[in-house]
Amino acid sequence: MHNQESTAAGRHAETAPAATDIRMETRKLSVFYGDTAGVNDVSLSMYNKKITALIGPSGCGKTTFLRSLNRMHDLTRGARVTGQALLDGSDIYAPKVDPVTVRRRVGMVFQKPTPFPTMSIYDNVVAGLKLVGIRNRAVLDEVAEKALRGAALWDEVKDRLKAPGGGISGGQQQRLSIARALAVEPEVLLMDEPTSSLDPQSTIRIEELMSELKKQVTIVIVTHNMQQASRISDYTAFFYVGDLVEFNPTAKMFTNPNQKRTEEYITGRFG
Amino acid sequence: MTAFNGNTTKTGSAALATPVLSLGRRYWRDRLMLGLLASSTILVLVPLFIVIAYVVVQGIGALNWDFFTQELGSPTRAHTGQPTGLVHTIIGTLVVDSMALIIAVPLGIGAGVMLAEYPDHRLNPLLRLLNDTLNGMPAILKGMLAFALIVKPMGTFSGLAGAVALTFVMLPIIARATESALDIIPWSIREAGLALGLPRWRVILSTIIPAAKVGLVTGILIAFARAAGEAAPLLFTSFGNNYLPSRWTGWLFGPVDTLPQRLYSLAISPYKQWHEMGWAAGIVLLVMVILLFITARVTVRRA
Ligand SMILES: Nc1ncnc2c1ncn2[C@@H]1O[C@H](COP(=O)(O)OP(=O)(O)OP(=O)(O)O)[C@@H](O)[C@H]1O
Ligand SMILES: [Mg+2]
Repeated sequence: MHNQESTAAGRHAETAPAATDIRMETRKLSVFYGDTAGVNDVSLSMYNKKITALIGPSGCGKTTFLRSLNRMHDLTRGARVTGQALLDGSDIYAPKVDPVTVRRRVGMVFQKPTPFPTMSIYDNVVAGLKLVGIRNRAVLDEVAEKALRGAALWDEVKDRLKAPGGGISGGQQQRLSIARALAVEPEVLLMDEPTSSLDPQSTIRIEELMSELKKQVTIVIVTHNMQQASRISDYTAFFYVGDLVEFNPTAKMFTNPNQKRTEEYITGRFG
Repeated sequence: MTAFNGNTTKTGSAALATPVLSLGRRYWRDRLMLGLLASSTILVLVPLFIVIAYVVVQGIGALNWDFFTQELGSPTRAHTGQPTGLVHTIIGTLVVDSMALIIAVPLGIGAGVMLAEYPDHRLNPLLRLLNDTLNGMPAILKGMLAFALIVKPMGTFSGLAGAVALTFVMLPIIARATESALDIIPWSIREAGLALGLPRWRVILSTIIPAAKVGLVTGILIAFARAAGEAAPLLFTSFGNNYLPSRWTGWLFGPVDTLPQRLYSLAISPYKQWHEMGWAAGIVLLVMVILLFITARVTVRRA
């Protein structure tokens, strides 16, 4: 395993941009559920204003890794994180760091849609802003529209913004969750299979959104869709049973991967 | 599709092992169960209606204008046909019960939130122990507790002491109802809030509690209904009073009459007129609780 890791690291040193362009970086990061590791000694760099795709078979630790990047494991009983996760060079797991500040900067879209059931569509979108004290109606309106347009949902809900957020279709709820995450303007956006419940049109809109967002935001996306990974991402990381097997620029990963297992997975021969 | 159907029937019956009931038998079984359920429902409801009807029949005669406008006074009033009533009891009940609610709702919800949302907090075992103890404590002991805590130091029976005693009745019910109402809110909603960079308490206040609102209100109602009917905790706390207090502070710091306790003392009195007033007090108590349930239900449904 160590061999593979050093090869991967070696390769990426050749092709990677300068270290100053790293926005987030993990160093020997492991996540344990009880005694078993969900993610094992992963060192991975996520470059500024780039899209990094995490791929790998189900249960290989993609979600687990993603959640470690904004301290979502803090509240999971029995989960424990070791190693470091650096945001702009400082460890988000350092003793005095407030996870709330980390999560303001590192936003997240979950695998399943999670609208706040008692809030209207509008209130869902501006929840993050409202609850930190932004009350100016004009500002909120503008942010809500921008976020909903970004998430390809505006046209469908603009006439019923006051309707409950739980009362729309599953795919619409997912786009609402995306809009809500966008509204707080995170610096890093973690997306866990954001389009797995969406139709092709919305999927394309979300992918366009990501390309647009890339101008300001660093994105880490988990996806099972190889076409999606190759279409939108700049870097790809391949995980297998908790290990980072290979990390490379997406173009290289999908044409000439270093590892045999990566190739087998990408070409659909296992996983 | 046909192949699929054929397949499931075959493997389905094999897997179930017991033979599938014929449709006819299934129908009759269904009817039988429904019948049993319906009759047990009626069995439960009939005594309830008998009790309500009996209370109404016995007490309706005493429900006149004086009943709602006069204080009770001494028994001679009732004998000699002077105006007498329970206005001080009705007001006293409203005062003591609402005071108890004002204390018990925030404390009970707070305790429930603590138990449900911070299960690993180091104070929680103690909180749970307190809550369970309070929950299992006989009502009369809750009265004694309030007596020791409030009546003794103040040197007088008081509405406040009665409210504290009723708080002990309401607290564990509200805390438990809150805890279970919060427990059923999916964890993912909390995570969604946290991922927006909201502090934990914000997430609880703005997303979790509103989502659990119906459960919370139901818990508060049950607690209130329980407390509103208790006489035992009030006997040596608010104590009772035949008269309206001379100043408004008397409602808080002097002995106060309440419906359950007054109902009890009217019932054990030797006077026929007072017995009738006791039944009437029962009607008023019933109507108060029912009205409260209806308004709470309506407001929950509206919101
Ligand atoms: N809360 C948890 N408690 C215990 N084990 C967990 C927990 N969450 C995940 N795991 C385990 O950790 C491993 C990694 O899970 P993870 O959810 O990160 O996989 P994934 O790559 O996101 O899979 P998928 O593609 O199916 O979403 C799995 O073996 C899983 O069973
Ligand atoms: Mg996952």
